[in-house]
Amino acid sequence: MAKYKNHILVCAGTGCRASQSEEIVQNLDKEIVENSLENEVQVVRTGCFGFCEKGPVVKMVPDNTFYVQVTPDDAGEIVAEHLVKGRKVDRLLYTDPETKKRISESKDMGFYKKQIRIALRNCGFIDPENIDEYVAREGYSALGKVLTEMTPEEAIKIIIDSGLRGRGGGGFPTGLKWDITRKVESDQKYVVCNADEGDPGAFMDRSILEGDPHAVLEAMAINGYCTGADHGLIYIRAEYPLAISRLKIAINQAREYGLLGKDIFGTGFNFDVELRYGAGAFVCGEETSLIHSMEGLRGEPTVKPPFPSERGYKGKPTNVNNVETYANIPVILLEGAEWFSSIGTDKSKGTKVFALAGKVNNVGLIEVPMGTTLREVIFDIGGGIKDGKQFKSVQTGGPSGGCLTEKHLDIPIDYDSLLACGSMMGSGGMIVMDEDDCMVSMAKFYLDFTVEESCGKCAPCRIGNKRLYEMLDKITEGKGTIEDLSHLRNLSNVIKDTSLCGLGQTSPNPVLSTMENFWEEYEAHVKEDKCPAGQCKALMKYIIDAEKCIGCTLCSRVCPVDAITGDKKVAHVIGQETCIKCGACYEKCKFGAIEIK
Amino acid sequence: MSKVKSLADLRKMRDDLQTKVSLREKSDNPEKMVQVKVSMATCGIASGAKEVMNHMIEEMDSQAIDAIVTQTGCMGYCYAEPTLEVTLPNNNPVVFGHVDNKKATEIIEKYIIRGELVDGIIPVNYETVNENKNE
Repeated sequence: MAKYKNHILVCAGTGCRASQSEEIVQNLDKEIVENSLENEVQVVRTGCFGFCEKGPVVKMVPDNTFYVQVTPDDAGEIVAEHLVKGRKVDRLLYTDPETKKRISESKDMGFYKKQIRIALRNCGFIDPENIDEYVAREGYSALGKVLTEMTPEEAIKIIIDSGLRGRGGGGFPTGLKWDITRKVESDQKYVVCNADEGDPGAFMDRSILEGDPHAVLEAMAINGYCTGADHGLIYIRAEYPLAISRLKIAINQAREYGLLGKDIFGTGFNFDVELRYGAGAFVCGEETSLIHSMEGLRGEPTVKPPFPSERGYKGKPTNVNNVETYANIPVILLEGAEWFSSIGTDKSKGTKVFALAGKVNNVGLIEVPMGTTLREVIFDIGGGIKDGKQFKSVQTGGPSGGCLTEKHLDIPIDYDSLLACGSMMGSGGMIVMDEDDCMVSMAKFYLDFTVEESCGKCAPCRIGNKRLYEMLDKITEGKGTIEDLSHLRNLSNVIKDTSLCGLGQTSPNPVLSTMENFWEEYEAHVKEDKCPAGQCKALMKYIIDAEKCIGCTLCSRVCPVDAITGDKKVAHVIGQETCIKCGACYEKCKFGAIEIK
Repeated sequence: MSKVKSLADLRKMRDDLQTKVSLREKSDNPEKMVQVKVSMATCGIASGAKEVMNHMIEEMDSQAIDAIVTQTGCMGYCYAEPTLEVTLPNNNPVVFGHVDNKKATEIIEKYIIRGELVDGIIPVNYETVNENKNE
């Protein structure tokens, strides 16, 4: 086997591929052959590094140089300079926004300093399409250890002692869930991996499946052994084609090695995995809906109990866990419960992966220990708010969660403290908003999503959310009244209390939490007809300051609806009835004479 | 491709495959390993730095020494190429000049393994930007 002295790791996650990382790999390969380095340098396509903001990312090993925003045209220079002459390509290094210094290694970057990578341990490190690299990283050792040295009870005890809780959002103790399924007697049981990631802006599970698919397969097999199931199903949305293709490759490789299939490790234990595709319905992330969808029925929830652990897929006991939960399992079994429970807070152990998005400088995928504060995540890792604006709010838990404000920034992130302040952990979406974001519009955005995604089975969710949306729409149109606000709150509470499944029970959360934290903004909309953030168009007015206007007529010429009138060299006036608030005049005025009120 | 029939099989397989990723694992904690930088500017390459580098990698690999060997730019000792800089854990870097394969073996056996100095050391009379930064 050739001994490579350099590895070039190129991110081949969906994000970086969209910015041509595949072309970078091909150009690198070509340049390497041209320089006769093919026996010395290996180019590896890896999973997500997380630093999507500055993708595509290319990491040089062993000197750990971290190149960002690389283009296919840079391949030649990287090979000629870095590999042949040993000089770093300075212009591709990351520049620290504060000190303006170029940073060459990822560990010195603010984005990575506070992260601990457990679930993402192999993402950006191994080639996800090569089982050998996974095996070299202790892959399938946990499965081997559990099958040959432990009883299901012993293995479950480790998971219970580790304190691992479901990463899909609910936070139910994983070990306990396994134990319940184990205790139910049945001729056939199933384990299911919930890869139906539906929160807007969330991509934790996709990145894990794209970057380390074997970890999930291994954990499912362990889950099968512990609960007595020999059949695993991964429910994945069809809009994750890259994750699907990597999973398929991984399943085939594991079967070839005999790590899935019959008589695994010669222990007589059989386990195999199949993929099921979802059509991308948000409600199918709820476990009963997910199971119905897999059975070929409509993706609609049913009342719990019976829980899937008693009666699930095809009426048999079924254990459903989320992708990230599974990704934690093999490490816990290898490193031990004590190691895992030493990380995190009292009731939330380990780490959590978040998809950091919105108005932060460093958008990306991060993994931090439970108990890290929102301030650390947004300002240290996220690098603060874009364009030097003011932080306003952060939305956690997606359409089911709530928004948190300045005063919540120092609470440690864990399941319980987020619930206590009116939001939730959720699956890990985290959207940061600045002073220009209107909270009423934000709540409306999420309601728009839940109205679309409601399956329509129960009335509170189907009709209630629609009414909520209409009220919010009315408020943002400037037609709301103070009574609407109390209706909004009452209806929200009713929907929460009476909906059938998690979707409806949590869908009013964005409304309730914004009302709780930004009441004055709602009031401004209905009482003063004003949108403090200046986002609601209907409440905005463009006005020309007669003193500043010199009558150059530029604004009246760019106005698409001829709403601006006035003679040359005389102050102009905007006809409010005709104005469509497009902002064209505002952008064109050279004298700052047009104001938004 | 053979099937994995037991845990022992898997462990053996892992040991065989370790080299595939060991370079990446090592590079995460360079300060705990022997770091060797080979000066690979035009003058270095012309004097045979590449062969020396390959020799160092193979030799240390066969002796199971945890080391990271990287190429670096011109160190300025053009009269003494090929040059290489060796940093033992918790030690200051030492630069060796006129290194051929024979010298490389000597450096490994005497300096890297036993910590004894060998002939051919170039006194370090510079500091790098990186060192300044760390202080």
